[in-house]
Amino acid sequence: MIIVAEKINTSRKSISEAVEKRDAGFIARAAKEQAEAGAHYIDVNAGSFLDKEAECLCWLVDTVQNAVDLPLCLDSPNPEALSRAIKQHRGEPMINSISLEAGRFQSLLPVITSRPCHVVALCMAATSMPRTVEERVQVGSELINKLAGEGIPLQRIYVDPLVQPVSVDTGMGLAILGAIQRIMNDFAGVNTICGLSNISFGLPERRLINRNFLTLCIAYGLSAAILDPTDKRLMASLLSVEMLLGRDEYCENFISAYQNGHTAD
Amino acid sequence: MSKFKQLNEAIIKGDMKLAVEQTQRALDEGSNAQDIIDNGLISAMDEVGERFSKGLLFVPQMLRAAKTMQECMKLVEPLLKEGDLTSKGKVLIGTVKGDLHDIGKNLVSMMMEGAGFTITDLGVDVSPEKFVQKALEVEPDIVAMSALLSTTMPAMPKTIEALQNAGIRNKVRVMIGGAPVTSKYAQEINADSYAADAGSAVIAAKKLLGIS
Repeated sequence: MIIVAEKINTSRKSISEAVEKRDAGFIARAAKEQAEAGAHYIDVNAGSFLDKEAECLCWLVDTVQNAVDLPLCLDSPNPEALSRAIKQHRGEPMINSISLEAGRFQSLLPVITSRPCHVVALCMAATSMPRTVEERVQVGSELINKLAGEGIPLQRIYVDPLVQPVSVDTGMGLAILGAIQRIMNDFAGVNTICGLSNISFGLPERRLINRNFLTLCIAYGLSAAILDPTDKRLMASLLSVEMLLGRDEYCENFISAYQNGHTAD
Repeated sequence: MSKFKQLNEAIIKGDMKLAVEQTQRALDEGSNAQDIIDNGLISAMDEVGERFSKGLLFVPQMLRAAKTMQECMKLVEPLLKEGDLTSKGKVLIGTVKGDLHDIGKNLVSMMMEGAGFTITDLGVDVSPEKFVQKALEVEPDIVAMSALLSTTMPAMPKTIEALQNAGIRNKVRVMIGGAPVTSKYAQEINADSYAADAGSAVIAAKKLLGIS
């Protein structure tokens, strides 16, 4: 399971303040803490800075890469911010995200083909949001085919099935899980990825719901997740589920997480 | 409120069978249709919105209550003469240009309708021109805009500017909302109000129009 650590996002007040003040120490600690907890990519998002987003995102890229030796997930729908941040980045970043929305695919294409990177393909259609398994698979397939047609290997494509709240439609959980399963079956080698928190919008006990949703997603084939790796209960769920699904030889990852105190509350 | 206590409770709980029964009973006993709407249905939805804003009640419960109210309205509405239904005000609502997210906007729409406002919902990806065109046509009291992406938020001031250019900015009150939107942003772009969720959107709309 590829873990994209989500905490460096300026929609969170403490991060926003740190970026505002250019508090590199605070950002470095947030990055290190997530790296030590098992992150493979550190997500950076400066969307709340609106017209200063590009500048702030570039600062975050420098600051985080000075603190940890990991690639970043450059998280923005804004082509200008992404094209500047990707130049600043050392190694191969993950770009989050491209979609079929009018204008978005064409404007981001030059960015993601400008250098080697991993790409999140969000299942948003040109003028609507998919609801059913079928609609998600259709948008996901179209994105995969278009990206592959531009020479991006399947292994670098991460399809996000578009997580929507189960509170407004109780069929949403199965629609997402079904889409993960179909996409993983239909395109050998491709990845699927999602964030967890949208699923629980409008409900109480959100962390409990998110954690169980992650378990189900993994069982249906999800290969990457955007989450908070410092959430010990979430990580303990993730590691135990991977072990139970036969993806942890000699149960090594689970046991070493336990021995390092990463599974205790 | 107390006159329709059982009906109120049935709406809040989303007990459709009981609510419909209670509505029919009120009609059979000779209650006035407008009275049932105001004190049986809308007052119950006001309570739902308030409890939702306080975190005492959740989205599925809100949806259920609204659906229950709609069923009751089907019994009552035909008894009102055309144009008799008093509206709290007209609201023109949509998700701004370039943005396809509709869940939050739909919840706001539904709660506003439940509170007695007349809603014109333009859907998603609504351009400033479309907002203006429809505003000229329906003459709303409130124009409400939603955005879920930081990249589509600038369509809000653009829409306000378009209302200005069409000469109708001073005839409407502008409300905004959506995950990245803040009250500070509302001030910056000269919107009249910001609401964080569907329950507070109703409260904010009433405040804008001076309704208690």
